[in-house]
Amino acid sequence: MRKKLFLPIGLLLCIIVHAQDKPMAFKGALIYPINGTPIQNGTLIVQDGKIIAVGDANTKIPADAIITDAKGKVIMPGIVDTHSHLGGPEGGDNSAALNPDTRAFDAINPTSDGFKKALAGGLTTLNIMPGSGHLMSGQTVYVKMREAKVMEDLIIVNEKGVYGGMKMANGTNPMRGTTGFPGTRAKSAAMDRDLFVKAQEYKKKMEKAVKDSSKTFERDLRLEPLVEVLQGKRVVHFHTHKENDILTAIRLSKEFGFRVVLHHVSEGWKVYDEIAKAGVPCSIIVIESPGGKLEAMDYSSANGAALSNAGVLTGFHTDDGITDSRLLIRAAAMAVRAGMNKDKALEALTINGAKMLDLSSRIGSLEKGKDADFIILSGDPFSVYTKVEQTWVEGKKRYDIKNPDDKAFLFGGFKVYSTEREEYMNHDDEIGNQ
Amino acid sequence: MMMKSVINKSIKKIKMKHLYKIISCLLLMPFIAQSQTAIKAETIYTISGAPIKNGVVLIKDGKIESVGTAKEISIPKNYTVVNAKIVTPGFVDARSVVGLSGALNIPTDQDQLEKSSPIQPELRAIDAYNPEEKLVAYVRDYGVTTMHTGHGIGALVSGQTMIVKTKPGKIDAVTLVPMEMLAMTIGSSVQGNFTSPGTKAKQIAMIRTELLKAQGYMQKQNDKDTSKRPATDLKYEALSKLLKGEVKALITVNSTNDIMNAIRLAKEFNFKLVIDGAAEAYKLIDEIKSAHAEIILHATMARNGGDMVNMTRESAAILTAAGIPVSIETGYEAYVPKTHVLLFEAALAVTYGLPYEEGLKAITLNPAKLLGIDKRVGSIEKGKDADLVLFDGDPFEYLSKVCKVMIDGNWVSDNCK
Repeated sequence: MRKKLFLPIGLLLCIIVHAQDKPMAFKGALIYPINGTPIQNGTLIVQDGKIIAVGDANTKIPADAIITDAKGKVIMPGIVDTHSHLGGPEGGDNSAALNPDTRAFDAINPTSDGFKKALAGGLTTLNIMPGSGHLMSGQTVYVKMREAKVMEDLIIVNEKGVYGGMKMANGTNPMRGTTGFPGTRAKSAAMDRDLFVKAQEYKKKMEKAVKDSSKTFERDLRLEPLVEVLQGKRVVHFHTHKENDILTAIRLSKEFGFRVVLHHVSEGWKVYDEIAKAGVPCSIIVIESPGGKLEAMDYSSANGAALSNAGVLTGFHTDDGITDSRLLIRAAAMAVRAGMNKDKALEALTINGAKMLDLSSRIGSLEKGKDADFIILSGDPFSVYTKVEQTWVEGKKRYDIKNPDDKAFLFGGFKVYSTEREEYMNHDDEIGNQ
Repeated sequence: MMMKSVINKSIKKIKMKHLYKIISCLLLMPFIAQSQTAIKAETIYTISGAPIKNGVVLIKDGKIESVGTAKEISIPKNYTVVNAKIVTPGFVDARSVVGLSGALNIPTDQDQLEKSSPIQPELRAIDAYNPEEKLVAYVRDYGVTTMHTGHGIGALVSGQTMIVKTKPGKIDAVTLVPMEMLAMTIGSSVQGNFTSPGTKAKQIAMIRTELLKAQGYMQKQNDKDTSKRPATDLKYEALSKLLKGEVKALITVNSTNDIMNAIRLAKEFNFKLVIDGAAEAYKLIDEIKSAHAEIILHATMARNGGDMVNMTRESAAILTAAGIPVSIETGYEAYVPKTHVLLFEAALAVTYGLPYEEGLKAITLNPAKLLGIDKRVGSIEKGKDADLVLFDGDPFEYLSKVCKVMIDGNWVSDNCK
């Protein structure tokens, strides 16, 4: 069913991209391709939304190419934000703790100003998550920061044929103590397990019905996406902070065989060995100070260092509006300040996030054939004085600091973020406004 | 360096909690004896004067004994010499709630806002400040040595503020000014905390009513007939201090019309006004100047939502260029993160156009002057408190570290964070 839905979207994208653009060459920059060593005085050539060449100064530039002098600049892949709430993704409501059927896709405002904020920060791909405050807040959506009128313009279908994951959470986050919501950690896990057991049975029935056309079965919107989870197509993005909750999330993923990315992971520095052993990736947040809620009291900015040193696939996220999309590169710098290796921090901003979303064949590094998603920086990515000067998505320049309208989204100002107030109110329960 | 390697190892094996205990024990040791210290640095930002290259600061008995170039100052033999790349004055956070609004963020550690009534100027910060709060040590590690803290935002008058040194110690020992300002708020957040006021006009009407009553209270206090003098009322005692000009009003206002409301109130009741938050102050340069209002500016990385939807990260640069001194604050955060880090907020203001040394001023001398404590803190000058921050590189750079912090001549942080 889902695949049929994607066909017209795929066609539409093909039409947009296939209007044979002239090649564009960016010369002279320090290029961080991520999949290889940095290239001094490098050349990046893109055409029709794809990268057609990355190399040194001797890289052959097509005769008809439009050449941009990028001397003194730094070029790296567009940043992947593995956990954002931009656009107002909502998700489940107060009626139930488990909402596998709700889709962020159905709620997001594709013309949200928030996406301009993301572009100003050099973000080109986002995993927009519904929630929070549920055991399962709903289906997440993977989007590219393309120009958009409707959601179909934004989504990106991954290597597994889906365009999102499943948001889950444990610890105090879903423990509302109201009807239908858990009051303890054990109850949280029991409710999760109960649903996954049902999904396993449903999956069996579905597989029988596929094999034998005489067998009919009723569609169940709650269980259908969980079959994708059990099949390994749809990744579970699991909000978790404390040591015990991190281990519970891993335990559930092992029991039911689903693929999981741990999110936030405030106490990752306590259990990086266990996480590494389980082979589970971590999408971490970098915050200014510990606390703000009990589960973040033992947060450490050394999480990035501890996890990546242990060999855990580590990425960064904004959780926007918890942290700001314009400052995700800064988050990586702060992780480096706390001991993370610079190369690993750059990977965490790009290819590692792409891997977590099953999109690494298309994005996350500057390689021939990959999407032309890249950013041009004024200098060292880890310097406070560096700015994102341009953000390119699939060969289209989506942000240019020289354009005053774009620059306004970096600084803010009077009525720059016109949809922001409304979306802020949606997050009121978390951010508060005392 | 030794400390650093201990930390690195601990990430591998030891539980962090125990480590903190060890570090705090080590840190407490120097407090026993106050040593004479000489700090040699590649650059000393005195703030009161031009930066000194290849400079020396001498510290004696908790005060700055002298500051100058290495040529000018000879280091006495019994002084312990410490080297640094960059030295700045200890930072002064112009407005925080750290110590009242705890990191746990549970009811028992949230003392910044009393919701029983929207106007309670009698609430003293010194009765609530917790010097042992985890976040006090946290901000100290990033160079904050003096903090204007106290009651929070969200009530028309939420209570009083105070000034503390962030050094470890009991409340009386760390308090610099027990009553600094009256914390007030005009804006949508007030309406979320109380059933009334429920509108903007009502907010102003309620403040005016109480200030008029305070005027009456003051008049009656001077009545020749002592029997007609009113019984002591803590609320009006506190408001009287404002009306007499003994303390300033710290009014958190962000939208254009709320800033104008604050200016109008200050004019009507002739009190000293500090505009706090000030997200849209950039639209009201002339009005702010003619009202002689002072500015405490929101954190550069504050969230652009609610009343702050129109904030710009250029505000510090715009206001400074217009001749309005800016003091940057960490302000109040309701959720994660529970506090901003002052140094990082100034750093971002600099990247968004504030001149470099103005960025340092906005977290040192400007707030010291605004708070009336510039005789003691805010710059590196002879006779001032020995509150200093030592860096291993450009203080504003992401990858530079705050290596040592000194308050009143004692090392209070040695973490290289």
